[in-house]
Amino acid sequence: MPKHELILLKNMMQPGYTGSLQDYERAGGYQALRKVVGKVPPADVTTTVMKSGLRGRGGAGFPTGVKWGFLPKDYQGPRYLCCNADESEPGTFKDRQLIERDPHQLLEGILLACYAIGAESAYIYIRGEFVLGARILESAIAEARAAGYAGENILGTGITANVWVHRGAGAYICGEETALLESLEGKRGLPRVKPPFPATHGLYNKPTVVNNVETLANLPHIISRGPEWFSAIGSPPKSTGTRIFCVSGHVKRPGNYEVPMGVTFRELIYEEAGGMRSDKPLKAFIPGGASAPFLTPDHLDVKLDFESVAAAGSMLGSGGVTVMEEGTDMVWAALRLMEFFYHESCGKCSPCREGSSWLVQTMRRIVAKRGRMEDLETLVDLCKNIAGRTVCAFGDAEISPIMSTLKHWRPEYVLLIHEAEAANLIHLKRTMAQP
Amino acid sequence: MLKEKYGAEIAEILSHYPVKRSALIPLLYLAQQDEGYVSEAAMKEIAQMLRLTPPQVYETATFYTMLNLKRVGKFHLQICKSLMCALVGSDTVIGWVKTKLGIGPGETTADGLFTLSTVECLAACGTAPMMQINEDYYERLTEETFDRILADLKKDGTCSLKTGPFMWPEAPRAQ
Repeated sequence: MPKHELILLKNMMQPGYTGSLQDYERAGGYQALRKVVGKVPPADVTTTVMKSGLRGRGGAGFPTGVKWGFLPKDYQGPRYLCCNADESEPGTFKDRQLIERDPHQLLEGILLACYAIGAESAYIYIRGEFVLGARILESAIAEARAAGYAGENILGTGITANVWVHRGAGAYICGEETALLESLEGKRGLPRVKPPFPATHGLYNKPTVVNNVETLANLPHIISRGPEWFSAIGSPPKSTGTRIFCVSGHVKRPGNYEVPMGVTFRELIYEEAGGMRSDKPLKAFIPGGASAPFLTPDHLDVKLDFESVAAAGSMLGSGGVTVMEEGTDMVWAALRLMEFFYHESCGKCSPCREGSSWLVQTMRRIVAKRGRMEDLETLVDLCKNIAGRTVCAFGDAEISPIMSTLKHWRPEYVLLIHEAEAANLIHLKRTMAQP
Repeated sequence: MLKEKYGAEIAEILSHYPVKRSALIPLLYLAQQDEGYVSEAAMKEIAQMLRLTPPQVYETATFYTMLNLKRVGKFHLQICKSLMCALVGSDTVIGWVKTKLGIGPGETTADGLFTLSTVECLAACGTAPMMQINEDYYERLTEETFDRILADLKKDGTCSLKTGPFMWPEAPRAQ
């Protein structure tokens, strides 16, 4: 028996569970939808979600019920729900499992959200590489339509909720909610200037809610078992429920582990994921995807909830925990992530577009042992000129690998530069010695 | 012409959206599936279908890395090189391609079978190192499985080592 009660991964952990409609119904699926559609006023569903304390699982951690509450109440035209399945944050691979192993759990969440916000159309924006996931969702939607859970006149109530799968095409930035909407409209995925927010001006300029896969998958459970049950899990009042943490890197058993928020990194890494893969001790870890600043072994007893990780100088983000053992070159690690951000910068804002290129070049020079001491100031200067000066949060995210490694492992940068300087001196001496 | 060949599919795609332009990426995928890449002729035809100008189609097509504007090999090897994969050996995998197929990133073998691309995170960090070949994921690569994948693809055009519905770790946790 697992030590903690599983909620989202419970069904798929059962032997023989295929994720079909039949299996899902047998496990109690679609009872939440039956319980509320046409019976409970939509506003009460929103209130229930608010009371549960559920916060967005995509990265920002915004309270889901509050987000729904921002939709204009008296608006008569169409509203949209978008499910953000563009899972691209390096270190994160939970949505893929939720989609491919238990698609109806997500679908029920989507239908509940549609009902609560009054959306007749929902789009699942899934990253283009998840071809299998998109196919699984398509057939799950067809099953749900045939059973009367989705489509026109759901469960005979006259309420419409059509769900469509829309595949992205390989751009990290489309996980940012306004870039996602642009992409869904058939344009380049460039984030929009906010305000206005999607709640009032979203898809096709209509009121829109964008929620992450894991967020939506929680809804059937909250509706079935009540907000009090949910808000007692984790570390209330601010971080309620469980989270699926994706552990990768130098551990014995990498993978997805669902634990209540508030357990420590030590428990997650050493108990759930089996500890370090070899006898080398842990040197560093990233707590919440590539956008989250690196932490050190001193932070192992930090609790996995939004506030505690923020207090430790990082963020819980998307739940991607990457572990690095002693001997990992931290400058190289920061460069690898910087190369990711350089590749994925959408190019809309100059500080991010030009800054990421400059940062990569400077980092490559240092790693190649051709750096100079001034480069360290250049790095910090560049980072400070990117953060807070871009349309979306990408700018703040891309500086975290460099800023946090400079903070905790500055001597590694200095050593590389000293080696470069020593090599220069030897070269100089040799050329001077020659007649 | 896409319209004659895929009339039903196109109508189905268009029916999902209240605004035509939203069908752009799905239609570009359709064109890519047909020819193996997105050709200029296809982009012009799609522009006409959606009442867009060709540059509007082109500006979208060039933004997304999964839309190939040039021909690629029959099997498109996309190896993830982001940090999480790099920590457990993705550079070694790229090295295998170099020694076994003689191609580097961006190159295609002379027989037109394999193209190598290095890509950023594909959301399979717990099962790294990994690669995507056309539509399929291959994870927890070792030199042995890598050889088998290449051999199977050459022989049968497919390989049973591709990942099915994803779950990792696979078995229920024993505590």
